[in-house]
Amino acid sequence: MADAVAAFVHDGDTVALEGFTHLIPTAAGHEIIRQGRRDLTVVRMTADIVVDQLLAGGCVRKLVSSFVGNSSAGSLGELRRRIERADPEPLEFEEYSHYGMICRYLAGAQRLPFYPLRSYAGSDLPSVNPGLRKVRSPYEDEQVYVVPPVNPDVTIVHAQRADRSGNTQVWGLTGIQAEAVYAAKKAVVVVEEVVDDDVIRRDPNRTLIPAHAVDAVVACPRGAHPSFAQGYYDRDNAFYRGWSAISADPVRLRDWLAEWVLGTRDHTEYVAKLGERYWADLAVDEAMSLPVNYGRRR
Amino acid sequence: MTTSSELLSVVASRELAGKRTVFAGIGLPTLAASLAHLTVAPDLEIVYESGVCGAHPSHLPETIADAVLITGAEAVLPMPALFGNVLQGGHIDVGFLGAAQIDRWGNLNSSVIGGWADPAVRLPGPGGAMEVMANSGEVFVVMRRHDPRSFVAELDFCTSPGPDRALADGIRPLGAGVTRVITDLGILARSGVGEPLRLVAVHPGVTVDRVREATGWPLEVDGEPATIEPPAAAELRRLREEVDPGRVYLR
Repeated sequence: MADAVAAFVHDGDTVALEGFTHLIPTAAGHEIIRQGRRDLTVVRMTADIVVDQLLAGGCVRKLVSSFVGNSSAGSLGELRRRIERADPEPLEFEEYSHYGMICRYLAGAQRLPFYPLRSYAGSDLPSVNPGLRKVRSPYEDEQVYVVPPVNPDVTIVHAQRADRSGNTQVWGLTGIQAEAVYAAKKAVVVVEEVVDDDVIRRDPNRTLIPAHAVDAVVACPRGAHPSFAQGYYDRDNAFYRGWSAISADPVRLRDWLAEWVLGTRDHTEYVAKLGERYWADLAVDEAMSLPVNYGRRR
Repeated sequence: MTTSSELLSVVASRELAGKRTVFAGIGLPTLAASLAHLTVAPDLEIVYESGVCGAHPSHLPETIADAVLITGAEAVLPMPALFGNVLQGGHIDVGFLGAAQIDRWGNLNSSVIGGWADPAVRLPGPGGAMEVMANSGEVFVVMRRHDPRSFVAELDFCTSPGPDRALADGIRPLGAGVTRVITDLGILARSGVGEPLRLVAVHPGVTVDRVREATGWPLEVDGEPATIEPPAAAELRRLREEVDPGRVYLR
């Protein structure tokens, strides 16, 4: 992880971190904080705990997002201080709806100049976001809003497993990760486990991101905590509920960062510091799917 | 003793009678949709913003993307398919939304209190609410607090516009916008474009004057508003024992 962040995330870069509640690349965010990156533009549909932590770590100049909150568990203290009071400094903020962000990734991935969608008509968002434009259809007497492409310098996503060349498999919620990877100039995939090539090839439909779109694979078990990895560990709902109180107090938040992020050498230490009894509470039972028959020519 | 959460969940669940697909957020909409599934709408398909269609969770979900929604679901779609095909494609009968502010036309604010650039309070923002509003056949809103701070004459910011505002902007949305608003005082309703929200029903013991005082615009009343049937023992039992036995949202 340290090598990947050192190589692919630079001061001033536009960095997309995706994972919709599931498979949030938290460990990558922590490593960005440890390495002290500055002036980043962070692109993330649901700006949640990892964004609050990156803000408190002093890494972020600008945020591009469609939802800013601690899921359904409360508020993001640092984000609100930056936006409501410019404390400790202002935050540039570009706001879209969820599908607006999705369409920005689709346009970015396909190298299109814009993407149309049935949103924004009558909303006040276009008045505060000049990126939202209304165009006339070239076919019908009809108008539609469009969004501009996003092409991050680097996209980082978390996944269940990949082979060494980067063929990445995801199950459960697949979110917007594939489009975010294709939209980026470089892509880093962080996985629960690196598996043999044969494991991937026996189930190619499960590959969400093929190796040609991936520049680096990082093995980092439990790297999505406090979010979850379907089939590996459950969401740490207690952590989400506790975060609102931690982040409401800037001193407490900085103490938390000093202890859990800056005070740990890497994610392995963070995982060990939580302890095996903690992880046992997040363990899940098996719910295996039936195998499918891909067939083999005689 | 019936709590406000229980009252809102039960009354909202009844509104789903006969509906086929519902787009539910977490909290009260999840309770209402789950209860409706057990009572008035057995064929109801519950769709979540995370991509889950036809959820059959073993436990009450704590987020719209809870792992328990995935295990046993009928389908899990990538986000471009969920927002593009399902929502924009017009496959949702009822969307459930909440908001910090609502106006008489059913336009919603979930972004800021105060100015957008220098807000007094920064709220979570649009998420997928704008897409749910524009594309669902109709939208139900459940508001925990019926007071003039939430039911306002002018929104501080319009995050999710109804069809009247969309049409004024030159674009015809798919759906009718907000048709029902369920609160702890009663039910407001509108039928579609050009119609303001009117008071159509009140809970037992609630007067029209009390609802008028709690509403920040001159509220129109549909004749003599009906009185809402209180939650029945059977509805409350299913809600408490089968839908939310751990009291995650029921307070």
